[in-house]
Amino acid sequence: MFGWGVLKGMLVTLWNFLLTYLWPKKGIFTVQYPEKKLPLAQRYRNFPFLVYDGTPHMIRCVACKICESECPPKCIYIIPEKDAEGRVQKKPAVFDIDYAICMNCGLCEEVCPFDSIFMDHEYEISKYNRAEDLMVRKEALLKPWEYFAKIRPHDFERIEAKRAAKSAKAKPVAPAEKPSQKPDAGPTSPQQGSVPKNG
Amino acid sequence: MSLPCAPTLKTELLEVSIGPQHPSTHGVFRMNAVLDGETVVKLKPVMGYLHRNHEQIAETLPYLANMPYTDRLDYICSMTNNFAYALAVEKLAGIDVPERAQYLRVMMAELTRLVNHSLLIGFLLNDLGAWFTPVFYAFREREKILDFFEAVSGSRMMCNYFRFGGVKADLPESALDQVRRIVRDYPRFLDEFERLLAGNEILKSRCQRVGILPKELAVNASITGPMLRASGVNYDIRKADRYSIYDRFDFRVPLGMTGDVYDRYYVRVLEMRESVKILEQVLKQMPEKGDILSAKGLQACRAPRMWKPPAGDAYGRIESPKGELGFYLVSDGSPKPYRYHVRPPSFINLTVLEDLCIGQKIADAVIILGSIDIVLGEVDR
Ligand code: SF4
Ligand code: SF4
Repeated sequence: MFGWGVLKGMLVTLWNFLLTYLWPKKGIFTVQYPEKKLPLAQRYRNFPFLVYDGTPHMIRCVACKICESECPPKCIYIIPEKDAEGRVQKKPAVFDIDYAICMNCGLCEEVCPFDSIFMDHEYEISKYNRAEDLMVRKEALLKPWEYFAKIRPHDFERIEAKRAAKSAKAKPVAPAEKPSQKPDAGPTSPQQGSVPKNG
Repeated sequence: MSLPCAPTLKTELLEVSIGPQHPSTHGVFRMNAVLDGETVVKLKPVMGYLHRNHEQIAETLPYLANMPYTDRLDYICSMTNNFAYALAVEKLAGIDVPERAQYLRVMMAELTRLVNHSLLIGFLLNDLGAWFTPVFYAFREREKILDFFEAVSGSRMMCNYFRFGGVKADLPESALDQVRRIVRDYPRFLDEFERLLAGNEILKSRCQRVGILPKELAVNASITGPMLRASGVNYDIRKADRYSIYDRFDFRVPLGMTGDVYDRYYVRVLEMRESVKILEQVLKQMPEKGDILSAKGLQACRAPRMWKPPAGDAYGRIESPKGELGFYLVSDGSPKPYRYHVRPPSFINLTVLEDLCIGQKIADAVIILGSIDIVLGEVDR
């Protein structure tokens, strides 16, 4: 019968329509976004951030500029710090990432030999101004190592193990300061608040 | 006012420019059509609105740094783009790929095929006027696959997951269950999709005998992929070239008979079923553990700036969901490719657009374009 195929198709849509009422868990696939958010996968990557250990002065980055030269669209800009005599220090004075250009590829994280730059989970970063607001400076990029532990526990464990092994091999006396995972939550939370948020 | 009678009725050809902002052109693509009434007598595709100098950029970058850029060629199938590029570089430098990584690669490629084909069918139906219902059904399923991609590679669409000599990271725990669920549920979705569409009389009358691509023309115009197979030419690079480990899987290559829009649509439906079959075999055969990056590959990926492949050239190709996707690389022994060329299936398949559209109604030109399956990121590069 002509039209039967159309009707059969309509039955499918009708069934799906009813399913949203009868069995919402199976029928509804959308999330009311700003109110509800889906959990992100641990490996989710958006924009890079820098980590520090303890206080924001203890930046882990040594300004080796590897990420700067590996970044495909060249959106990282680093100037190492210099001391009074003009000797280059192992610390960035300027570390800018142009979020407007960054393409979230994650290569900077992969090539950094010092585990100091990682991809963030922050995705609500809309800004009014592309040129200034999306040029993220060092201060805004810095986030505590505990924050990383929170968003990516698996990688945190892996990297901690690697760093512990490395520092044990390098000099057995000074172990990498190891933030214990849970008890630190109290003292770090005010710090986390003081960090300028990118979001 | 007197009505014009037939002999004095003035008729002339009408030139219509469709796009580049037209929703049915799937991106910034323009068709300059010359119409006689409603019939197309000439059609000139105008492309280049999305040109971003992809090949030239690649020639200024180290080999690995170009991997994320290949994601952006055909942004619906970033995994297969990665795959082809990785194959080309591996051929160039003679890098081997460990067993588990091979399976992971095939898994990703076939999942990408599911994503691409279900999406394409949804949008094709959109062009036909089935306003967004099929698209959303397809999106619903695609979402599950993208969730898996996110869990594995970190990004839903711009996966950047393949590395020379393997893949970036192993599966996280429970990701395999995710795939199993997808593979288990997908046939059910395909059945539903088929119930929704296959018998539909409107779909049939709009698609059958429309935009017929004859076998000879398809071969002469180097059409590849489902479009070629819909015309009845048995050519699938997975079978013809047997790259990676495709020789281990048992699957069939669906072929069309007439080469019209309907065949192109239906070949894709059947291909999805074959992809599900391949995925089942992958899940069964994949080794539990194993390396995911070979030693030589690790060298290439650890410090991409320093890594130099030997001088020479290589062409790596795969059967991407849209057709033959190939990367041609010429190396002069420096860390950057001397020449980098992409053979994009969308672009080459698009070259027959005019032949398909001539003599058809203008409304059909839209679905013919839809059935070619283009992504402008790949057409314009
Ligand atoms: S983030 Fe890492 S790679 Fe980049 S400059 Fe700092 S230490 Fe070097
Ligand atoms: S994610 Fe990629 S584009 Fe962004 S800063 Fe890192 S290397 Fe550069």
